[in-house]
Order: sequence, then structure tokens, then C-alpha cells
Amino acid sequence: MESFLNRYRNITVLLLLIFAQLILLAVQIRNDQDVRMIRVWTVTAVTPAARIAEWMRGGSIGFLHDYILLRDTHDENQRLRAEIGRLKLENNFLKSELNTAERGQALAVFQGRTPSKTMAANVIGSGAGSNSKVVFVDRGSVAGVQRGMAVVTPDGIIGTVIESYPTASEVLLITDPDFGAGVVSQKTQVRGTLKGQGTPLCKVDYIPFEEKVEVGDWFYSSGDDRIFPRGFPVGQVKAVRNTQPFKEVLVEPSGLHRGLEDVLILLEGVHQSLPNEQAASQPIYIAPPPPAQGPAGPSPEHSSTGTEADRLRQQYKDIGDAQGHRFGEGLPGSKPPDFNLNRKTPVSPSPAANPAPAAGAQGSPRPAGAGITPPQPGQPTASRPAAPTPPLSPAPGPRPAGNRAPGSRSQAPGSQAPAPRPPARE
Amino acid sequence: MSYRGSDRILLSVRGEDQASRFGTWVLVGVPMAAILFQVYVPLFFQFLGFLEIPLLVVVYFAFTRRSQIRGMLMGAIVGLAQDSLSKAPLGMFGIVKTLVGYFAASVGVRLDVDNAILRFFLAYFFFVFHQFFYWVVARALLGQQVPFEVQRTFIVGSLNAIVGIALFHFLDKLRETP
Repeated sequence: MESFLNRYRNITVLLLLIFAQLILLAVQIRNDQDVRMIRVWTVTAVTPAARIAEWMRGGSIGFLHDYILLRDTHDENQRLRAEIGRLKLENNFLKSELNTAERGQALAVFQGRTPSKTMAANVIGSGAGSNSKVVFVDRGSVAGVQRGMAVVTPDGIIGTVIESYPTASEVLLITDPDFGAGVVSQKTQVRGTLKGQGTPLCKVDYIPFEEKVEVGDWFYSSGDDRIFPRGFPVGQVKAVRNTQPFKEVLVEPSGLHRGLEDVLILLEGVHQSLPNEQAASQPIYIAPPPPAQGPAGPSPEHSSTGTEADRLRQQYKDIGDAQGHRFGEGLPGSKPPDFNLNRKTPVSPSPAANPAPAAGAQGSPRPAGAGITPPQPGQPTASRPAAPTPPLSPAPGPRPAGNRAPGSRSQAPGSQAPAPRPPARE
Repeated sequence: MSYRGSDRILLSVRGEDQASRFGTWVLVGVPMAAILFQVYVPLFFQFLGFLEIPLLVVVYFAFTRRSQIRGMLMGAIVGLAQDSLSKAPLGMFGIVKTLVGYFAASVGVRLDVDNAILRFFLAYFFFVFHQFFYWVVARALLGQQVPFEVQRTFIVGSLNAIVGIALFHFLDKLRETP
């Protein structure tokens, strides 16, 4: 080595000097990215070597793992298969839990918006009989459950409590042959009796042959049975047979769609109206008023036609229009219009509809409904002059005694108050 | 002014390749004076800016001392000193003059550099080499797109070679006699 250095001493010193000055240059110089050249050179010199070394290392290890060291592969495969099976079970369990949580949330929402007083219960068992459709729920007389109470879900009615034990209750499902409930058609208001058949479909009996019921119509509880309050969805018509003297109507219960795990027991039922949007949106033809009799012109009170129920209906409609409320569109629990509103001013005043008051009548209050223009001859319209009526009082109806929950709103017959809708309507 | 062996340029007789000796003050003072000249004189006489006196000094000492290591060291020191007084990064002139010192000493070992004509051509050659190599280093290491003016380099190289002959003759007077 020493002889080598002596032999090439000059060139070695030259290279050392050049190298030293190159290092000196590299320390000072920066490239375009403001990085010192010594860093650039170092990285450029080291990186390829490091890349080659890493490639060789990775290749060697990969080769060893992929082709030589395979003794644990079989065990690992078995372990992974077991892991997959366990994860599948866990996934199914979590899906079930999520489904339960969704049902619980739906129940909570329904409880919050329904005016009826309800109590949530879980189905803990089913009846022993092969043909009987009964289930047991985990709420009994201790919790306030009594025999004859209705059992519902947000999707529809489920059944009735036929026995109440201290810690559990027995519920007769609507599919049981012994079950019966009063129902009413949403579209045509046809009333009938729902009966179970022991099959998934129920039968609606006592619908006259001449009544119109079509497949797809919805039936709601009518409240006539004094068990289920009016307005709860029952099911959708799946088949209609025109038999004498009554139609044979088969209904698929909507309350059983999502299975039976969580239900609501109606402790205090409150009647509700049926959702009837189509009837509310249909224009009503009103015949033109009779010719004017006398100089004072037609009186709005005398210009209205129809029965007292029609005038009351129009009164409600005007009240709703005055407050920007459209009947049949709000959800149950939403704020209803103020039916006590004493309408002193016309709803839609117009110069033609607001004639100048007579002499001596200035400053006198205008009677309610005086500014509403009667419809022109031949002009069909839905507006109808409203007769002045006293503030609305709770309407009578088939309502069990003491069924009204505190704070529940008044319901008038024929009003288009919001009502629960079935979750899926085809 | 007599040049020994002006009719031959190769060193053939043993003993002719003995290195010249200079006093320490000469080895220190002459390069320093050359650098000072390079720095200050062009400030007052711009037409003398073409002179590369430090290069000529390095070439001379590398010739006469006939040691490649000494020539390299002289070139490196003078180059770094020149770098220190210029705006170029340290090492630019150092690298180039180190190479010049090395090759000049290599030439001085084999040729009779006391020959005036040879001195002229060598001075001319090393000036061009110096300029060209500086241009290469500037482009390669600094990324500077500086042009290489061949014609001007040749002309200035000739002028430096002429001045170098005179300078070398003056420096010959500073040799120590054995």
C-alpha cells in the first residue's frame, strides 16, 4: 500500500486537492431548489446504491417468504378462515343490532309525535298454539297495561292485549282468526271489519258489494271498536273479490312488515283523522249565488250554499288559508292552525270584493266574511264564503272516556288534520 | 540574458533537471504580489485587466521547481486566495490552478522550460487551458451559462504569454544560486 502511494503520490495528491476543493465548492453552491450541492451530490451518489441494496434485500426476503419459508402457510390459512367466519358472524350480529336500533329510533319518533299515550314494549315470546297468533310482551299490569289495550307500531296496528299479567302481557295479533277491528278505507271512507285468518293476509268483512275498493287502497282504524283509535294505519289492499252480498277484501297488515320485536301499547288512545290529501286538493264546484234581492246586495251569509257541514268545512279552510296552513300536509304533532281565530278581516280583499261601506257605516267593524267575493257564474272554485261561526270547540267523536292526553289537540270531524301516514305507499 | 540550451528543449543530461530554489519570501511574496496586482491594478488601469498574473506565477513556479506536488499546492493556494477575493465560490480558481500547477510541473520535469519559445507556448497553452477549464467547471458545477469566447481567449492568451516571458525572466533573477 505504501509503495502504491509512493508510486502514485503525485496523482493521489492531485485527486485529494481536487476532491477537497470540490467539497468546498459543494458546501457553498446551491442548486435551483436552494439545496446545497453537497447534499445533492451526496443524495445522488447514495440513493442509487441504497435503492439497489433495498431491491436486493426485498427481493431476497420476498423470495424466501414466497417460495421457501412456507411451513406456516397452512396454519395461517386455517387461522384466516376462522377469522373470516368469526367476522361474518360479528357482521351479522352488528347488522341485527343496527336494525334493532333503527326500530327503536322509529318507535321513539313515533312516540314523540303521536298524541296517544304509549308505552314501549319488547316481544319476549310467542304463543304455543300452532294456529294462534299471539305474542308475549315484557310489560304487564305492573306497568299499567290492561286487557283490551291496543298494540301498535309506527307502521300500523299489531293487535290487542288479551291478558295482562304482572310482568308480561299476551297480545292477540291481527292475523289471528279471533281478532277483529273496525277499519275504514282511506280513499272512499268505506267501513268494514278487519278479521284475521291465520295467514299473513287479513280479511276486511262487511263491505257492501256496491262500495268501491281497489287494490292498493289503504285501510285505517276507524275507532268504532273502541280499542284502536281512529287514524292508525292497518294495511294495504292486496286483493278484492266482488262477491255477494259483501266484497271479499284481503289486506296485508302494515304493522308486521318489519317483524315483531318492539311494539307500542296504547295506554290512552287519541283519535286522529285519516290522511286524505286527494280529497283536500280536489276543487269544489260551487254554484253561482242567486240574483241580488234589494239594494243592499247579496249578503255573504246568505250567498253560501250547501249544508251546515259544508259551511263549517269552508270555515276551517279559510282559517287554514289565513294562517298559511294546508290541511293534510303536516305531520302528526305539528302545530295545528288556531281554530279560535276570529276572522275580522277578509281573506283576500280586492277592490271589487270590497265595496265602499254605506253612509253612516264608516268605522263600523265589518262582519266576518263580508269581504269575500262570491264566485262568478260559471267559475268553479274552491273558495267559499265562510259564515261567521263561534270559536271552534272540540268536536265530538268516538273517543273513549279519559283517552285525551294532556295537551292533545282538538280534532274536528271532517277537518284535514295531520295524521300518521303509512311508511310505504304503493 | 542567456538561455541555456536554447537549441533543445528536452532534458537529457542528468543534473539538468535539478529544481530551482527560491527563498521563502519569494515563494510567499511573489504570489501575494501577483494576487494584489490582479486585484488592484485593474481598478486603476482597466486595460490591464486581461492579465492573469497569478496564473503566470503558478506556471513559473511549477516549471522551475519541478515538483508536481509543489506545483499543485502553489496552484491551490493561489487559486483559493484568488477565489477569496472574487465573487466566485471558493474552489473555482483553486481547482483550475491546481490542475495547471500539476500539469505545468509535469511539463517542467520533462522539458527545458528555460527555453524562451517554449515558455511562450507553454504560457499560452496553460492560459487557454486555464480559461477553458474554468468555463467547464463553471458550467458543470455552477450551472452558469457563460460563453467561451475562443477568439478573445486566444488573443488574450498570446498577450499573457508575452507578458509571461518578461515575468519569467524577472523571476529568474530571484532564484537562489546553489
